[in-house]
Amino acid sequence: MHFHKFEKIWLGFGILSLLLFLSIIGVTAFAFNHQPSGGLETIDPEKVDQTAPFDKPGVHKINDDTYEVIIVAKAFGYEPPEIKVPAGKKIIFKVTSTDVTHSFSIINTNVNMMVVPGQINTKEYTFDKPGEYLVICNEYCGSGHHFMKTTIEVIE
Amino acid sequence: MKQISLADKRLALTNIIFAYIAFLIGTFCGLLQVFIRNDALTLPPWLDYYQILTAHGVLLALIFTTYFIFGFLISGMSYSLGSFGPKVHLFSWIGFIVTTAGTLLAIVEIIAGRASVLYTFYAPLQASGWYYVGLALFVVGTWIYSFALIGHYVKWKKQNKGQLSPLFAFMTIATLILWIIACLGVVATVLFQFIPWAFGWVDTINVELSRSLFWYFGHPLVYFWLLPAYIAWYVIVPKIIGGKVFSDSLARLSFVLFILFSIPVGFHHQLTEPGISSFWKFLQTVLTFMVIIPSLMTAFSMFGTFEKTGRDKGATGLFGWFFKLPWKDIRFTSLFIAMFFFIPGGAGGIINASFQLNEVIHNTLWVVGHFHITVGTPVAMTFMGLTFWLIPYLTGRKLTKAIQKLAFIQVITWSIGMLLMSTSQHILGLLGAPRRTAYAGYMDDPNALEWFQGILSNHVTMAIGGTILFLSAMILIYIVFYTLLASPKANSIEEQVEFPMAESDMSDTPKFLENWWIWIGIAIALIAIAYTIPLIQMIEHAPPGSSGFKTW
Repeated sequence: MHFHKFEKIWLGFGILSLLLFLSIIGVTAFAFNHQPSGGLETIDPEKVDQTAPFDKPGVHKINDDTYEVIIVAKAFGYEPPEIKVPAGKKIIFKVTSTDVTHSFSIINTNVNMMVVPGQINTKEYTFDKPGEYLVICNEYCGSGHHFMKTTIEVIE
Repeated sequence: MKQISLADKRLALTNIIFAYIAFLIGTFCGLLQVFIRNDALTLPPWLDYYQILTAHGVLLALIFTTYFIFGFLISGMSYSLGSFGPKVHLFSWIGFIVTTAGTLLAIVEIIAGRASVLYTFYAPLQASGWYYVGLALFVVGTWIYSFALIGHYVKWKKQNKGQLSPLFAFMTIATLILWIIACLGVVATVLFQFIPWAFGWVDTINVELSRSLFWYFGHPLVYFWLLPAYIAWYVIVPKIIGGKVFSDSLARLSFVLFILFSIPVGFHHQLTEPGISSFWKFLQTVLTFMVIIPSLMTAFSMFGTFEKTGRDKGATGLFGWFFKLPWKDIRFTSLFIAMFFFIPGGAGGIINASFQLNEVIHNTLWVVGHFHITVGTPVAMTFMGLTFWLIPYLTGRKLTKAIQKLAFIQVITWSIGMLLMSTSQHILGLLGAPRRTAYAGYMDDPNALEWFQGILSNHVTMAIGGTILFLSAMILIYIVFYTLLASPKANSIEEQVEFPMAESDMSDTPKFLENWWIWIGIAIALIAIAYTIPLIQMIEHAPPGSSGFKTW
C-alpha cells in the first residue's frame, strides 16, 4: 500500500492534532472533573414521591457554600414550582422523572441534563450572575412538550 | 455505451421512485414545521406538530435515503459485476416488498396519530405495537436486500477466484456489512423490548438499555447514509472530471476504517444522560474521533484527484487545476457543493462529540442545523447529483440541456436555502432554542424572545431558508418525473447517458483488504470492548422498569 508523501504529512498532522484534542478533553474531564451531567444512581420511577430525596423537591442548604436542588420532572412541568438559589455558591442539581424522558435545561448555562425515568441525573453548577433563568424541556415528551418550562431566580 | 439488463433497471427505478415519493411528502412536512415554529401557521385540530415532525424524520432520514441507496447500489453492482441472476432478483424483490410493507404500516400508524414518538421512539413513550412491527419489517426487508446483493458479489468472487472485486462492489459490500452489524442493536431492542411491551405481553421496559441499543444503531445509521455518497465521490466523480481514482488501496482502507469506527461510538449521543459512567462515555468519545482518520483520507483523495486531473489537462501554478474542473457539468458541480458542505458539517460533528462540549448544544436547534449540513446536503445533494444522470441512464431517455439548466437552479437554490436555514439553526441552538419543539414563546420569557429578534439568529430566517428549500425540492421532483416519463428517448449512442464509473488501478492493492472476516472480527471486538461492560451494568443495576405512556 502506497501513501503519497503529502498524504503522510496530512495524516500525521491530523492524527497529532487528534491526540492533542483528546488529551485536552481527557485531562479536563478527569483531572479537573469537568464532565457532562450523569451519575449511576437509580430509582423506582413509580415511587419517586416516596423516595428520598425526591419526596421533598426543593432547594436544600447543605453548608454555607453548597446547596442541593431536588427536581421532579413530569409531563408537562417541574416540581418544585419555584426555585430560588444564591449566586456564587455551588449548586448541585438532582433530577428524575415520574413518567417519560424529559430534560432539565437552563438557558444560557451549561446545565443541560437528560431526565430519564428510573435514573437520577446530577450536575454541579455555580451561577455567576443573579437574575431570572429560563429552564425548558428540550427532549420531546408529548403534546404539551413546548409548554414545559420553569424559571430559576438567582439572588445575590 | 455499456448497459445493464432491463430487469435490473426496473428494480433500481422502482426503488428510486419510492425514494422520491417519500422525499415529496417529507419535504412538505418540513415546510409546515418552519412556519409553525415561527408562529405563522396553526395546524387544524386533527393534525399535530409532532405527527408531522415524526413523518418528516422517518420519510427523509429513513425512507428516502434507504430506497435511494438501494436503487443506486443495485445499478452500480449490476454495472460493475454483471446482470443479476434469477435468485438475486427474487430476493431483491422480496426485500423490496418487506421493506415497503413495513414502511406503509409505520406511516399508517403515524397518520392515525398512534405513533407520535418521533423517529427515535424513545421509551417509555409508547406507540401502538404495529408501529414497531413496521420498523422491524423495514429493517428485515433491508437485510434481505443486502443479502441479495452480497449473494451477487459472492457469485462473482467464485467466478473470479483470487481477484479483487471492482471498487464499486467492494464499497457496496463494506456499506452492507456496516448496515447489517448496525441494525442488530435496533432489531434487538424492537423485537425483545418494544414489541412485547407495546402489545402488553410484559408490563415494563428497561429505558436506559433501550436508549443505548437504539444509539448503537443510530450512529452507524448516519454512516449508512454517508458511505453511498462516498462511493459516488470516490468512484463516480473521477470519471466525470476525466480522471482516475487517486489510490485504490487507500480508498478501500478508508471504507474498512469506517466499518471499524462508526459502530462502537453510540454513547456520544448520550453524553448528558445518567446510567452510563464517565469512563465509558469517554472511551466511546475517543473511538468516535478515530473516524476523523478515514475522513481526512477521503478529503485528501478527493483533492488529490482534482489536482492531478487538472494538471494532466495542462493546469499550472498552485491553484490552476481548480479552473480546469468541469464546473458547467451539473453532475460534477452538484457533488462538489455537496462535499463542500461537509467541511463545516464534519467540524460541527467534532464539536458535538467532544464530551463536555456536548452540553452546550445537546438537543438544541444546533443539532438540527448540523444534520441538515451532513445528511441534508452532503448526502442528499450527492443523491440529487446522481439522480440527474441515473434516471435517464435507467430509462434510456435524454438528459436535455433545459433539464441540466433546471438542475443547476435546483442545486443552487438548495444551497442558498440550506445556508440560511442551517446557519440560523446553529446560532439559535447556541442561544438555547430547543430542537423537536413546536412554537412556544415560553410566556414571552425574555430569553425565548431573543430567538425571534436577530437577523440570522431568528426563526423567521430559518423559515425563509426552509421555504427556498421546499421550492428547490419541488424543482427536483419535476426533474425526476420529467426524466422518468417525458424526456425524449435517446436514439443514438451519442445521446445516451453513461454510467460514469472511474477506472481504479488495483496493482498496488493488498489482498488482505478484501478479507472481510478480518474486518468483521475487529469490528466485533471493538464493539465488545465498548459495549459489553456498560450494557451488563445497565441490565444488572436496572431500576424497576417503566410502563408505557401516551402523552400526545
